[in-house]
Amino acid sequence: MHTLSAINNNTKEEIDSRKREIRKKALKIRARNLILQIFLAIIIFGLWEFLADRQIIDKFFFSSPLEILLHIADWFQNGTSQGPLYVHFIVTFEETILSFVIGVALGVIGGYLLGRNEILSVIFGPYIQMLNALPRVVLAPIFILWLGLGMPSKVALGVTLTFFVVFFNAFQGVREVDKNLVNNARLLGANKRQLARHVIIPSALTWILSSLHSSFGFALVGAVVGEFIGATKGLGFLISQAQGAFDTAGVFAGMVLLSVTALAANWAVGKLEKRFIAWRFVRQ
Amino acid sequence: MQLHFNSVGFIAKTFFIGNNELFSTMYTLSLCSTILKIVNAINQKMQDRRQQEMNTEPKHVRYEAKANVKPMIELIGVSKEFLKPSGEVHTVLRDINLTVGKGEFVSIVGPTGCGKSTTLSLIAGFESPTMGTIRIQNELLDGINRIAACVFQTENAFPWKTVIDNVSLGLRLRGTDKRQAYDEARKWIEIVGLKGFEGHYPHQLSGGMRKRVALAQTLIVQPQILLMDESFSALDVHTRHLMENELLKIWEETSASVFFITHDLEEAIALSDRVVVLSAGPAATVKGDYRIDLPRPRNVAEIRFDPAFMMLHEQIWNDLRDEVMISYAHTVGHK
Repeated sequence: MHTLSAINNNTKEEIDSRKREIRKKALKIRARNLILQIFLAIIIFGLWEFLADRQIIDKFFFSSPLEILLHIADWFQNGTSQGPLYVHFIVTFEETILSFVIGVALGVIGGYLLGRNEILSVIFGPYIQMLNALPRVVLAPIFILWLGLGMPSKVALGVTLTFFVVFFNAFQGVREVDKNLVNNARLLGANKRQLARHVIIPSALTWILSSLHSSFGFALVGAVVGEFIGATKGLGFLISQAQGAFDTAGVFAGMVLLSVTALAANWAVGKLEKRFIAWRFVRQ
Repeated sequence: MQLHFNSVGFIAKTFFIGNNELFSTMYTLSLCSTILKIVNAINQKMQDRRQQEMNTEPKHVRYEAKANVKPMIELIGVSKEFLKPSGEVHTVLRDINLTVGKGEFVSIVGPTGCGKSTTLSLIAGFESPTMGTIRIQNELLDGINRIAACVFQTENAFPWKTVIDNVSLGLRLRGTDKRQAYDEARKWIEIVGLKGFEGHYPHQLSGGMRKRVALAQTLIVQPQILLMDESFSALDVHTRHLMENELLKIWEETSASVFFITHDLEEAIALSDRVVVLSAGPAATVKGDYRIDLPRPRNVAEIRFDPAFMMLHEQIWNDLRDEVMISYAHTVGHK
């Protein structure tokens, strides 16, 4: 006891200085990583700008970073040829969110039901495999025929894309629940509902949440592809209009806006993940 | 109960017919059965009290007191078969007859793959036997065993729940309200020596501590049967001895029967009242049944040097060795 307190007294300052040192080191590493990342962007875009400026590559086909930026700024200030930018942005965003939410909900419910129920999975299994094997983008024209040029057709396409990703993950997650844990809960007195709530859903949640990243991407693909094929609003529509007018900078500008959206969504899903499976991220 | 209902029906019937004589005989009959039931209940209660008195006697005579108590688990002619993917029938267990008394600590040893864990899942009610019957407290086991809890070889604790949520789960599932369940859980967490770790998640704990969580989680529901499936085999030797001693200490304060599966004969002898040897699989059956008359309380680490322990070990090992050799020959032959 005596020696312990002596050690504590002696090294209090030392501990503080060591802490500072460790923190400094961590900060240095983070700064270095950030600098390297920015450096890569500068090289790529600088080279692109340089080549386009010197007319080594054709500006008509490749545009240039500066031109794209100016195009976006122009869209923000003066609106696009198809009305103000935010309208298109909101439409695409709304379609994406809607198809994401519906697709995830259906996927989780379907995966859970089929994962838990042997008979259902036997009956539906082969048909789901068949539908999944179909490249679902080909459904876009039929949805537009059925549901018109508006939002519903894009949402339907997005849902068919997201559903399968989430479905298979939820199914697998429900199937992969540790058998011992299920048995343990049953012995402790869990009924069917309690078993789902305390064991199966939390266990499957890791699988489901990891599928959300890719399924959000699919929701976006559904919205944009739907807009390509037939729409009156949306970022996909803007891109296809720009393509029709041989406006390369416009196409790239639409792409940049889309990727920014996807990045933001990815970040939000990451937050969601941390919130729901907090136990995974707690460290000593 | 059945008799009672029948007689009531009879009474009604005879009432309509108007046969007064039959009516009165039936009435007396049902009265008799009621009285009989009351006498039985009183008997039962007295027996229970006697039981309690036995349990409060000094620890070292406890085993003697337990030796002739009523059975808790009975396996009668139990066989278990599976259908192999190739279409053949694979017999895991054949004609197992085994009785575990109330409050008895019974270990099952046997070579790997002989069906020890299958026996356990039959008693727990995860699976049902192909042939034979399993009786728990004289009642036929149907579905999950409601008075048992199990400590598994791998993980018991739910990784998405904190220690206190894990421990209190059994009570919460049975409808206890949260605060009461937490209070009880805190008590058990202290008993297993995890005070201060209530808010931790299982992956933040060491293997030994997770086993403690598992123990608290199963014991909080006060199971009358504690099933243990190689519970300590993943622990290092020192932690293992510590946990074994603690298990014995806690067990001696309850009246639970323990069904302990292990491949470690020393562990089995050190802990148990009885050691049952299973023969090598497939179609394993009970080969030997040994009483362990070592005094209690025991220290698991020290009892190994007791001459009586060594004699028992030699005796049982003679039995077990042959089975291990057979099992080994099987695995080599298959490769």
